[in-house]
Amino acid sequence: MTSVTYHDVRLMEPAQTRNYLNVDYGFFSWLLTRDHKRIAILYMISVSIMFILGGFFAMMMRLELLTPEGDLLTSDTYNKFFTLHGIVMIFFFLIPSIPAILGNFILPIQLGAKDLAFPRINLLSWYLYIIGAVIGLYVIIVGGVDTGWTFYTPFSTQYSNTHVFGTTFGAFIVGFSSILTGLNFIVTVHRMRAPGLTWFRLPLFVWAIYATSLVQLLATPVLAITLVMLMVERIAGVGIFDPALGGDPLLYQHMFWFYSHPAVYIMILPAMGVASEVVAAFTRKKIFGYKFVAFSSLAIAFLGFLVWAHHMFVAGISVYSAMIFSFLSMFVAVPSAIKVFNWTATLYKGSVSWQTPMLYILGFIGLFTIGGVTGIFLASLGIDVHVTDTYFVVAHFHYIMVGGAVMAYFAGLHYWWPKISGRMYPEWWARLGALLVFVGFNLTFFPQFILGYVGMPRRYHAYAPEFQVLNVMSTAGASVLAVGYFLPLVYLLWSLRFGRKAGPNPWGAVGLEWTTSSPPPKENFHETPVVTWDAYDYPAMLKAMGETQNV
Amino acid sequence: MNEQEHAPHHESTPLWIYYAVFAALLVGTGLTVFAALHDLGVLNTPVALTIATVKAALVILFFMHAIHSTRLTWIVIAASFLWLGVLFVLTFADYLTRMWGLQ
Amino acid sequence: MSAIETHEREHHPFLQHHFEDMGQQHEASTLGMWMFLSTEILFFGGLFLAYAVYRNMYEAAWIEGAHHQNLVLGTVNTAVLITSSLTMALAVYFSQWGRRIATFFCLVATFILGSVFLIIKAVEYHAHFEEGLLPGAYFTYHSALAPKVELFMTFYFCMTGLHALHMVIGAGLLIYFMRRAWRGDFGPEYYSPVEIMGLYWHFVDIVWIFLFPLLYLIGRHA
Repeated sequence: MTSVTYHDVRLMEPAQTRNYLNVDYGFFSWLLTRDHKRIAILYMISVSIMFILGGFFAMMMRLELLTPEGDLLTSDTYNKFFTLHGIVMIFFFLIPSIPAILGNFILPIQLGAKDLAFPRINLLSWYLYIIGAVIGLYVIIVGGVDTGWTFYTPFSTQYSNTHVFGTTFGAFIVGFSSILTGLNFIVTVHRMRAPGLTWFRLPLFVWAIYATSLVQLLATPVLAITLVMLMVERIAGVGIFDPALGGDPLLYQHMFWFYSHPAVYIMILPAMGVASEVVAAFTRKKIFGYKFVAFSSLAIAFLGFLVWAHHMFVAGISVYSAMIFSFLSMFVAVPSAIKVFNWTATLYKGSVSWQTPMLYILGFIGLFTIGGVTGIFLASLGIDVHVTDTYFVVAHFHYIMVGGAVMAYFAGLHYWWPKISGRMYPEWWARLGALLVFVGFNLTFFPQFILGYVGMPRRYHAYAPEFQVLNVMSTAGASVLAVGYFLPLVYLLWSLRFGRKAGPNPWGAVGLEWTTSSPPPKENFHETPVVTWDAYDYPAMLKAMGETQNV
Repeated sequence: MNEQEHAPHHESTPLWIYYAVFAALLVGTGLTVFAALHDLGVLNTPVALTIATVKAALVILFFMHAIHSTRLTWIVIAASFLWLGVLFVLTFADYLTRMWGLQ
Repeated sequence: MSAIETHEREHHPFLQHHFEDMGQQHEASTLGMWMFLSTEILFFGGLFLAYAVYRNMYEAAWIEGAHHQNLVLGTVNTAVLITSSLTMALAVYFSQWGRRIATFFCLVATFILGSVFLIIKAVEYHAHFEEGLLPGAYFTYHSALAPKVELFMTFYFCMTGLHALHMVIGAGLLIYFMRRAWRGDFGPEYYSPVEIMGLYWHFVDIVWIFLFPLLYLIGRHA
């Protein structure tokens, strides 16, 4: 085992030799692969399809909301569309996106490993995702489901006459995909780091994915058993959560949110990991307060489990427990804020460059902050009573999920695209896409804060006429956003054939993934690296390379 | 294929420990049934759960070799029960306070 | 350039190529199984939580439901499962020493005891059905607390049913391991599959250790 230094990087040829993409051909070499990189590509394709499907439901909702009357869709259909938008986007897009695509591809390489700890289980995770997605698609085709993605009882168990069982079964299956991925990542980080790669030399992306995996591992099983009980109740007609038969609907909500609140941290933590990587790379500096950022990932994962009933403040829980949960919810903002401070401090006196990943991440930092602080408003009991179940909540979580997680996902996609595909994307088109996404996003969702505050309820297809102007703005924004999302689809595919070929380290960044060729060989490294440098050690790298950057 | 010439590279629990734990588990089972058949007032449930916990601990420590395992394994076991504890405590924080005062 | 000449290096036939050596593979698989068991703790834990919430609400119905469980069969089953845990632990022990026949017979014994457990369980389920205690459409039991007793029975069937499902999966895995043990795959350098099978089996035993008092032993004093 020799030490791979940044000197060697300059000597590497662009990948004309065998890499993971051309080492094997044929349908089954992909469908039966155990290579984490190929599995990441499989996820990328399937997750992108689900993203487009979820976007379709969103577009239909926004079109309906152009007018105050419910004139485009019936209320039943509208109920199905917001339900399916939520289910598809949360379970089939946001939860897998960064971990299953970027995590799968990049994590083992950042650790200097040849693959994840359990490659076959990794493939199984993808197949479970596909089975869950096929079940979901089947449900959509045969008529959909209208309970809201939250499946509240007793409506979902006793009264809804849509395909509740099928949907919950699909969600149950896809949950195991998430659990197994988390399990795989945790064991890999513990047991497969390269020699010399101590915990505090790890990239912050690894810390973030590790924390995410902890949440996936411990929260998802509770959702699984909750859905099992829901399915049992629906099929057998018993009353586990039905008040008429002695059950408590709030017990369902407690158990559902025990998962679903930590689930939002599954969605945002990897995004924060990407943010750390991109900020470091495009300021050419180590992240300010590395240990604080690393530990804050763990803190978010832990504290995220203590706050779930802030989704139930007006549902009927006791006032005393509401006060406890409100108090705890204030704490969970602290580690997130620490990260924002640290990223900002990293920017100070950094050598900032404005490539697309950086543009997305700068947007992420601002929009996530807005989304986060509006979460504090919601955590405060008095305010929550006023704005719960209004568009204020909708705006809050879209700021974090779309303005936050999705933008960071696009940042990561662009940042690691050269590594994954061996090609550069066209920079100016990408910047245009980022700009359209940012403008479109704010135009879509900022009006919704106002709408919620003045009283427009969520999940309604008709509304009071005085809300129309803001709704029209929101729909206009959604159209811009759609164009912004469409552009990367086009130019990223274009770049696979026509993009400029990328060298091993087009950004001049520090990290093990940038010491191997683009695309990497099947075993990731030709020789196991030995790590002797700290994370983001730009001064050392620049010295070793004589201040030149290779593209 | 390969007969044993050398000891396993992990500490191996001596056989008599397995038999001892087995006996203890059977005794515990008899004890819990015995205790259940007698009126201990409010202590019936705590006694039953304590016996069950001791039995589970014996299985984890000896049958599952936790006593010879790495610190990381201990952390995994502890964290699982801790998370379960969070689920129980915070959920019951609602149920046990519903009838208080204002509510 | 390529250093993929590791194939020429002597390595154990069961070493997977992404691992450096058998030690790393053993540690990774063991840790992986413990992590999986932690998900199972949360999975069953959800049922225990719901059970506890309703026991707190409907104590009398819970006692009534527990009285309809067969204490003798439950106790026998507990002893059977504990014994199967012993034989499983012995199977791991013998596989560590490469004792092929002993490993095989301990796995067979575990399988037989597990099957006995499931048969007794089936007998109990049948009895419940006969008494009209199967929740849902076939629930014909009558008493002042019948609806809440139905809730208890729902938990009884969900919890023991999920447990039994895990036993069935375990039994299937045991057959797979019996074959491998007979073939002589296991020895001092490579016994971790048997060990992680053992971890799974012991976990299922622990779940029953808690289910037994919670479902059979409530309010049993006259």
